[in-house]
Amino acid sequence: MSDVMIEAKGLTKQYGHVTALENATFDVKRGEVLGFLGPNGAGKTTTMKVLTCFIAPSEGTARVAGADIFDDPIAVRQAIGYLPENTPLYSEMLVLEYLEFVARMRGLQGAKVRQRIVAVAEETSLGDVIGKAIGELSKGYRQRVGLAQALIHEPPVLILDEPMSGLDPNQASEIRELIRDIGKERTVILSTHNLAEVQVTCGRVLIVSEGRIVADDTPEELAARAGKPRFVATIQRNDSSADALKAAFASIEGAQNIQVADGTTSGEATIHITPKGTADLRADVFRAAVDANLVLLGLEQRGENLEDIFRELTTRQNGDAS
Amino acid sequence: MKHALTIGGRQFRSYFNGPVAYIVICIVLLTLGFFFWKTFFLFGRASAREMFRWLGLILVFALPALTMGLLAEEKRTGTIELLITMPITEAQVIVGKFLGVLGLYAVLLALTIFYPISISTLGDLDWGPVIGGYVGLLLQGAAILAIGLMASSWTSNQLIALFVALTLSVFFWVLDKFLPLLPTNMASVLQWLSFDYHFQSMTRGVIDLRDVLFFASITVFALALAFRALESRRWS
Repeated sequence: MSDVMIEAKGLTKQYGHVTALENATFDVKRGEVLGFLGPNGAGKTTTMKVLTCFIAPSEGTARVAGADIFDDPIAVRQAIGYLPENTPLYSEMLVLEYLEFVARMRGLQGAKVRQRIVAVAEETSLGDVIGKAIGELSKGYRQRVGLAQALIHEPPVLILDEPMSGLDPNQASEIRELIRDIGKERTVILSTHNLAEVQVTCGRVLIVSEGRIVADDTPEELAARAGKPRFVATIQRNDSSADALKAAFASIEGAQNIQVADGTTSGEATIHITPKGTADLRADVFRAAVDANLVLLGLEQRGENLEDIFRELTTRQNGDAS
Repeated sequence: MKHALTIGGRQFRSYFNGPVAYIVICIVLLTLGFFFWKTFFLFGRASAREMFRWLGLILVFALPALTMGLLAEEKRTGTIELLITMPITEAQVIVGKFLGVLGLYAVLLALTIFYPISISTLGDLDWGPVIGGYVGLLLQGAAILAIGLMASSWTSNQLIALFVALTLSVFFWVLDKFLPLLPTNMASVLQWLSFDYHFQSMTRGVIDLRDVLFFASITVFALALAFRALESRRWS
């Protein structure tokens, strides 16, 4: 088997006239944790449903663990552990019964069933609630039962639709840890709109917007690509106008763009200076301020983070994206 | 088949974790008791015929309540996504669900065995029609349950599923009730399509292959439509 575990080619999904997904092509390798990032309705869930053979794409196809989603959906499903967006739980069942049901549906037998239940219950810290009815559990526990269900058959591919939703920060960091561990040998796709989570958990990010993949890179490279550092100077506000302030810094040689954000009420003004290339302009900013007789209250260098890129990539088109 | 049984087993157990099964069983047994004993001593005959007649009718109304949630509820709560993304086919899901509810129905029928037993203590009961009656109930019930499952596959709202299933099952029961008002050739077709016509012939103790095939065909047809509905989700 090759190292490419998921291979999506030109996936398109139309619901009536609405295009939920347009020509999505990507590969995911073994040992990769891929973050699917995008606003609600961008096509993340649709992509996951296509990969798990819950819905068929209108065009294009995909292979998961070597099996085609059209030719051999059973093999595809067997290779995948899936946590849908709405955690699919039978609330009247006990956690143990539920995991046993899923294990049997996944083809586990005999002693292996109990053995795997014990293992996933430990991984997802479900030990305390294993004998409780699912309906009585808190959202965080329910989410973990959902995750345990997806892990029970040790699938080579894990597809998790918003796995961290409803978890408190401690639980989330445990689960993140777990996903990273799993991602070392297996393949994980997870969707989220929590950017910090992607930066911590994922080795690679796909940003989707309005059904299209608008970026595909590591979080670091994405940040580096769009992320020229900016210099932000805070100065004491005097009588000078915004234009005058701007002029004061215009003399800086390496500056490409200067913006003045007027802090009129606080008696401060901030000036954003984008350098040409990657020059360090801090000394120049200081000197320019002194020359113009301005009081420099603060000066910092800011890199653009994933959040900025996300916002830029997903709002650039029309603003009515839901 | 093993997967279908796993689904069926889960479904069967889940009935007993909720109120629906208990309510339906109670209502069926109480109504049957009321209608049956009300007239039993008037006839003064040790026959279970009346019991099957009433039970057949009561179940036409009661069984849709057992099937309404089968798929509708799974769709509403999203657990259908779990079932479908298991390494099984949609057909296995349908067969499993059907077996689950059929199992509950068998329990319900088993609970009515006290009727023929108590009748037999009062007089000389002919067990032939009793066996025929149970076979008939099982077959007619299977058809109604399959129709209910089909209705449940069309919606994520249990009440709509109940209403559709109830309408269809009453429709098939009532078909032969106003035959005298219709032209002969039409009447014979309607009679042949009627559940009660096929069922009543079995309660006489005659198990005719044609009656068996009739109910089996309706069952298979309804299950096939349920399968189509479940599968069409992929292509919508």
